[in-house]
Amino acid sequence: MGFLIESTLKAVGIITSLDREFLSIVLLSLRVSGTAVIIATAAGILLAVCIYQMQSPVKRLLIPLLNTSMGLPPVVVGLFIYLLLSRSGPLGMLNLLYTPTAMIIAQCVLATPIIAGIAHASMISADPEIRFTALCLGASELQATLRVIRETRYSILSSVVAGLGRVIAEVGAVLIVGGNIAGYTRVMTTAIALEADRGDFILAIALGMILLLLSLCINAMLYIFQKRGAID
Amino acid sequence: MNFWRNTITGILLVLLLLTVSTGNAETRIRCASTTSTQNSGLFEYILPLFEKDTGIKVDVIAVGTGAALELGRRGDVDVVLVHAKDDELRMLRQGWFVNRHDVMYNDFVIVGPPEDPAGIRSLQTAVDAFRRIAERNTKFISRGDNSGTHKKELSIWKAAGINPEGKKWYLQVGQGMAKTLRIAANLRAYTLTDRGTYLSLVDRERLGLKILLEGDPLLFNQYGVMAVNPERYPHVKYKEAMTFINWLISDRGQKAIASFRDARGNQLFHPNAD
Repeated sequence: MGFLIESTLKAVGIITSLDREFLSIVLLSLRVSGTAVIIATAAGILLAVCIYQMQSPVKRLLIPLLNTSMGLPPVVVGLFIYLLLSRSGPLGMLNLLYTPTAMIIAQCVLATPIIAGIAHASMISADPEIRFTALCLGASELQATLRVIRETRYSILSSVVAGLGRVIAEVGAVLIVGGNIAGYTRVMTTAIALEADRGDFILAIALGMILLLLSLCINAMLYIFQKRGAID
Repeated sequence: MNFWRNTITGILLVLLLLTVSTGNAETRIRCASTTSTQNSGLFEYILPLFEKDTGIKVDVIAVGTGAALELGRRGDVDVVLVHAKDDELRMLRQGWFVNRHDVMYNDFVIVGPPEDPAGIRSLQTAVDAFRRIAERNTKFISRGDNSGTHKKELSIWKAAGINPEGKKWYLQVGQGMAKTLRIAANLRAYTLTDRGTYLSLVDRERLGLKILLEGDPLLFNQYGVMAVNPERYPHVKYKEAMTFINWLISDRGQKAIASFRDARGNQLFHPNAD
């Protein structure tokens, strides 16, 4: 127990002293996951709108498919992106494997279905009157859909936050496509795994604390958005 | 539309911050290597010296030797630093790599719980020790990941005439060296490890594993470096990879390896470039 308390205290020391290695790992995590979620938001909302507007029977197939991909296992996504980006793979000439860009791509693939799935569900559950009224007032299909998006904006923001929460805590995909290269592709989760192996628990605990703190912030945001959505 | 304006401004601000922290372009090469070289801290020590001499940054992907060779064979890295000489020479002959050189060595040791339930401490050779572990059915943790250490372990079982596969006491964990040592410590089991990784575990005393057998010539552990063949993969940074290899085997590189010490002052690698 003494060891745990001592390490935790030292970890707090690392956080407050803003250790360079520590900071660069945290910043890289934020950069990779932040960029991935921003791209995934655009892609996810577009996907949700497409499915929402769709009239064909394919829609019945797409929705369960989308729901399934909300829970894609990160290691499988990592493996898939690895095979795509590997030199011997189809996109090898892009030279992206083991770069932060590869990690962004993998996390984007993980986050997009989550954002699309939640956004689509909230658009469906929005009051059907909104769409109907908009169409009756002479709005085009697209304008009516935009109106629905506006009405469900808090749910959509929640989906973005949920996506961020998933990718920032994920280790399987970034380890495979990033390679955990020191100072280049080492993010919080992969650094924790490595430092725990080496027995250097202080840095691991410090990073774990930040990760938990971020999780807390993300969930607080989620709560606020959901509450606001309920009031609206 | 205040809501959307605020959201978009927020997102743009975040994006701006993110781009500011983006690294600048520089010459970097990729080196696939083993968990032992990374876990021990060797790279953290010698790579800054190399970078200072040449301006080339080396990105290390630390996996088992088997996986490292595979990364090279796929053209995903420029150079490999591994420890399985027979396999290295075979892949060299097959034309996947060029310019192999011995770089350094250390040795493997057999570690286990201090109470030594199989009684291998008094034995002289690794083969005898493995036989004793098998006879007594004491737990043995195998890397099981096709790494250099795993290959060495399998060759010892072969020399002992034992097939441990499927035995209840033989546990294959498929993990790097450091994690395997942790598992062995927690299960009070034996395992084969390179001395460097064992010595470099920050919390070694607390783990309670002891070196029970060492010094058998069979346990010699040679590390070699070689470049991915540029004729197979024209995109590899062959020139920079050769700069790295030549630096490693130069006086300067060899001295750097010799002067590397772990946190307790142990020398973990001994240079022996040819």
